[in-house]
Amino acid sequence: MVDMLSGLLPPELWRLIVIVLQILVIVVPLLVAVAYLTYAERKVIGAIQLRKGPNVVGPLGLLQPLADGAKLFLKETIFPSGSNKVVFVMAPMLTFTLALIAWAVIPFDEGWVLADINVGMLYLFAISSLGVYGIIMSGWASNSKYAFLGGLRSAAQMVSYEVSMGLVIISVLITVGSLNLTDIVMKQKETVWFVIPHLPMFVIFIVSILAETNRAPFDLAESESELVAGYNVEYSAMTFAMFFLGEYANMILMSGMAVVLFLGGWLPIVDVAPFNWIPGVIWFALKVCAVLFVFLWVRATFPRYRYDQLMRLGWKIFLPFSLIWVVLTSGVLVAFGWLPGQG
Amino acid sequence: MIAALIFYMFAGLAVVSAGLVVTARNPVHSVLFLILCFFNAAGLFLLLGAEFLAMVLVVVYVGAVAVMFLFVVMMLDINFLRLREGVAQYLPTGAVIGVVLLIELAMSFAGWSFAPDVEAMLASPAPTGGEITNTAALGQLIYTKYVYLFQASGVVLLIAMIGAILLTHRSRSGVRKQKIYDQVGVTAKDRIEIRKVSTGGGI
Repeated sequence: MVDMLSGLLPPELWRLIVIVLQILVIVVPLLVAVAYLTYAERKVIGAIQLRKGPNVVGPLGLLQPLADGAKLFLKETIFPSGSNKVVFVMAPMLTFTLALIAWAVIPFDEGWVLADINVGMLYLFAISSLGVYGIIMSGWASNSKYAFLGGLRSAAQMVSYEVSMGLVIISVLITVGSLNLTDIVMKQKETVWFVIPHLPMFVIFIVSILAETNRAPFDLAESESELVAGYNVEYSAMTFAMFFLGEYANMILMSGMAVVLFLGGWLPIVDVAPFNWIPGVIWFALKVCAVLFVFLWVRATFPRYRYDQLMRLGWKIFLPFSLIWVVLTSGVLVAFGWLPGQG
Repeated sequence: MIAALIFYMFAGLAVVSAGLVVTARNPVHSVLFLILCFFNAAGLFLLLGAEFLAMVLVVVYVGAVAVMFLFVVMMLDINFLRLREGVAQYLPTGAVIGVVLLIELAMSFAGWSFAPDVEAMLASPAPTGGEITNTAALGQLIYTKYVYLFQASGVVLLIAMIGAILLTHRSRSGVRKQKIYDQVGVTAKDRIEIRKVSTGGGI
C-alpha cells in the first residue's frame, strides 16, 4: 500500500508528506501530554495539599483539560488600549512555536528522531535561549506596568541561568565528544548514565531548568502577589492559552533534555530480561514523567525565591561551580585517557 | 533548484529586514527586525553547511546580545517625534560619510585579487569527506593551530568584562545586604539568652 502510493507521487512531494506526517506524530501526542500535564499538576498539588483536585468533569475529572481548552477557545480576545497589536499577537505565537520546534531533535528511541543533526544539543540550546523573546515582547507590547516588570524580570532571569546551563551541557558534551543527542545516549549505554559521574551537574541542571521555564520557586515573572500575573496579565482567550501551552510544552521539553543528558534517554534501568522487553519510547516517557513530577513536587513544596537571592544563586554559586566542574571533568578525562576521539 | 530558492528567500529576507532596521519608526521594531536579520544570516550559514556557526550565531547574537539590545531599547523613554527632528540637519553629513565609505569599498573591491598561492589553500567552508563533522573540524583548527589567537581573544573579552564591572561598580553606603554566611552560622546562643528571673526582682 505504502509502496504503491510512493510510486504514484513525485519523490520530493512524497518526502514532504512523510515529514509532515512525522511532525504530526510528534506534535499531537505532545499537545495531549501538555493538556494532561495541567491535569496532573492540579491532581498532584491537590494530593500534596490534602485536597482532591479536579474531580467533576468526566470520570476522576479526566475531561477537565478538554473543558478548560473549550472554555479558552470560546472566550473573547481582548486587546488592551495602547498596546502594540502586532507584537502583542506575535509573542504568544512565538512562545508556542519555539516550544514545538525544539522537539525536532529529541530522540525518543534509537533512530526515532525527526532530524538527527550533528549539532542537536546546540540547536536545543539555541531554541531554549530564544524562549525569552516571547516573554519580553509580550511584556512590552501589553503597555502595562505589571506585564512590563514581569517581562524584564524574566528576561534577566533566563539570560542568567542560561550561562550555567550552557556550562553544565559542556561538561556532558566533553564526556561524549559529540553534539548529537543520539550519540549522547549511546555513550551512556556504553558507560553509565551521566547522572552518576555528573551528579552535581544534574542537580544544577534541574534547578536551572526550573528557572529557565519560570516555574516555582523561580516564577518571579508571574509572581501573583506582586505583579498580578506578570507578563501574561493582559492576555485572554487563545492568546493566553498559547502562552500556557508553550510554558507546559517547554517544561516537557526541558525534562526531555534532562533525560537525554543525564538519565540515559530511552535506555532501560538495567539491561536485563524483563526491563529490556519494554520499548525504549516507553522508558523515555516514564523518565520524562519522573522529571515532570519533580517540577510539580517542587512547586507545591518551596516558597518563592526573592529576586536578589535568585541572581545570587545563578551568578555566584552555579556559575563558578559549573565552571570548576568543566575544568575538573576535562582534567579527569585527559588524566585517565578517556577523552573521546583520543583512545 | 529548491536550495537556490531557499537561498534567495534567506538572502532577500536578510536584506529587507536589515533595511527595515534602519527605517522602522519604532526602535523596538528595529531591534525585532535585527533579530530577523540574524536569523536569516544563520539560515545562510546552514545552507553553506556551516551548521556550528549557524547555531552559535543564534545562541550568541539572538539569544544574548539582541536580548540586551531589546532590554535597553524598551527601557529608554524615547520620543519618536523628537528623534525625527534632526534628520534634515544631519542628513548631508551622513550622506557624505556614506558615499565616501561606498567609494572606498568600491576601490578596494576593484583592486582586490587573491594571493597567488591561495587557490591551492582554499578549503570548502564545510569538510566534504563526511568522516569528520563541521564542529570537530573547527575545534581541531581553533585548539591547535590558532590556540594562541583563541586565548588572546578570550583575554580581550575578559578585560572588557572587568572594565565594564569596574566602570559600573560603586560602593554605596547605607545599603543593608543579606549576609548569608552570618545567617547560616547563627546558633541558638546568639539569638536567645535564658535568664533566671527572681520573683519580683525583674531584670
